[in-house]
Amino acid sequence: MGWAIALHGGAGDIPLSFPVEGRAPREAALRHCLELGVAALKANRPPLDVVELVVRELENSPCFNAGKGSVLTTNGTVEMEACIMDGNTKKCGAVSGLSTVVNAISLARLVMERTPHIYLAFDGAEAFAREQGVETAHSSHFITPENVERLKNAKEAKRVQIDFTEPIKGTIPSSIGDSQIGTVGCVAVDGHGILASATSTGGLVNKMAGRIGDTPIIGAGTYANSYCAVSATGKGESIIQATVARDVAALMEYKGLSLKEAAAYVIERTPKGNVGLVAVSANGEVTMPFNTTGMFRACATEDGYSEIGIWPSGINGDLEYPNK
Amino acid sequence: MGGWAIAVHGGAGVDPKLPEERQEEARRVLRRCLGVGAAGLRAGLPAVDVVEMVVRELETDPVFNSGRGSALTQEGTVEMEASIMDGRGRRCGSVSGLTTVKNPVSLARLVMDRSPHSYLAFHGAEDFAREQGVEVVDNSYFITDENVRMLKLAKEANSIVYDYRVPVPSADTCSASAGLVGATTDGGLQMNGLPISIYAPETVGCVAVDSCGWCAAATSTGGLMNKMSGRIGDSPLIGSGTYACGACAVSCTGEGEAIIRSTLARDVAALMEYKGLGLQEAVDYALKERLDEGKAGLIAVSRNGEVAYGFNTVGMFRGCATEDGFMDVAIW
Repeated sequence: MGWAIALHGGAGDIPLSFPVEGRAPREAALRHCLELGVAALKANRPPLDVVELVVRELENSPCFNAGKGSVLTTNGTVEMEACIMDGNTKKCGAVSGLSTVVNAISLARLVMERTPHIYLAFDGAEAFAREQGVETAHSSHFITPENVERLKNAKEAKRVQIDFTEPIKGTIPSSIGDSQIGTVGCVAVDGHGILASATSTGGLVNKMAGRIGDTPIIGAGTYANSYCAVSATGKGESIIQATVARDVAALMEYKGLSLKEAAAYVIERTPKGNVGLVAVSANGEVTMPFNTTGMFRACATEDGYSEIGIWPSGINGDLEYPNK
Repeated sequence: MGGWAIAVHGGAGVDPKLPEERQEEARRVLRRCLGVGAAGLRAGLPAVDVVEMVVRELETDPVFNSGRGSALTQEGTVEMEASIMDGRGRRCGSVSGLTTVKNPVSLARLVMDRSPHSYLAFHGAEDFAREQGVEVVDNSYFITDENVRMLKLAKEANSIVYDYRVPVPSADTCSASAGLVGATTDGGLQMNGLPISIYAPETVGCVAVDSCGWCAAATSTGGLMNKMSGRIGDSPLIGSGTYACGACAVSCTGEGEAIIRSTLARDVAALMEYKGLGLQEAVDYALKERLDEGKAGLIAVSRNGEVAYGFNTVGMFRGCATEDGFMDVAIW
């Protein structure tokens, strides 16, 4: 037993040749968010507060696909979504289609705590945000030059694909670089075994307006109960049909698998290149498996272990701190 | 064992004082829709086509609250949602926030078959509908006088509810009005925080297994009476209101928030897959152990041609038919 925390900044086709100028700020952001989360757990903040504050920090960072730095829809706009779940009560909150709310995860929490509903979206969610007086900003706050470039590349790649091949239903051609990266998330457990999960995203680059991914769908991208807390990332459509987050917990409960076994089982059965997740168990264990090229991730446990990484352990300079 | 099977529902949580002619009307519609589905299965149609066809029938008929006859938002408008899942390949499609699409389940099917995504909502979904050329109508088409009247009562009930802050001994819900009483003569029976006489079960669904053993599920709804605009419930959420895989197909109805928290549809399948329970056992276990104080019902079929129902509400409009000639339509 003991507290544990894990967070991610998205899984995807992160090439090993990813330039250092790109890596350094992301690693720094992961380290900073991990430290914030660890400090909060050490200060006995409830896990629900911890995951929210860590995800807020990840949203505010322009390096990841959530909040500031969200990828763009096919119309060049942002449509953000988020979800939070309290493993103790199984209460949850989700939002989709946000375009002005600075911290989607906090609005999701307000949906959970201040409405009779679980999930609000688009105009209704924006109206609720104004009612609640949460911080909002003009779209220029969220849109970064990198994402304008990514959208351009994605449209180019799609155009190229359509010119030369039969359009393949269901596949969005991966464009150059890390455009497949989606989502930020955090899971945490305290010393009493109370669990919480939070996930936030700008979605899929060049997505159709109105497209909802796995992040706000309880049981797909986000889940927490008394066994574990899970936050998933990757190709939303695959995560939805595989009910990734729920399945990790169900395997523990119904099949008696351990956290690591359950998470590995789910990842293995999802098409390669499509998914990664972070999870913690009531016993303070952590796992961060993925079947993509890489996943921006970090974790720490009360016994002093911590890890920050991008690619599978052992490849290309993952930073490990066995004794903090 | 084996052979095709189909089940339908028209919502869980029925007013025990529902007039007999309304009950008979509901049974008639359920019987008719079952007949349509059974004919399709007998003719060898795949399960996913059958569930879409049957839910279209249920949406079009105003007796049940989906499509025409949907419950109204607090603004008096209709916002519909639906999902469909084909156990073969676990492909899925969902839509939310529809205001003009005549058959939401068919748009969900098009999202599944003709878009690169699984879920489209609000303006984006409406744009997609126009691109695809599906039938659209004015929002007023979906609004019935009865539901306008019900909305007024619901608003009054919610204001009465806040006046009498007496804890209700019956079920808590995820609702903000939990713990507050509805001042009616329902004996405290509530669904989603509304007295049962005002609450209208607002979801329809169909599950089927075809003669090849493939299962599919579809669910469609107008949502919750007096809901906030933009509120999404369980019906379009894969794993909550709808689920289908190689083993079974499930469609749920009832308190949306409770169904979401318990990922009810996925749990029935997970209990079969991971715990080795049979279909009815899994249905019973999920309803008993997973809902906490939530009120819901569900229908399910298995690849082996079995059908199961379960509900912890007062009543669920339902029906089923199997290849060996069995047919049943019931409310209580």
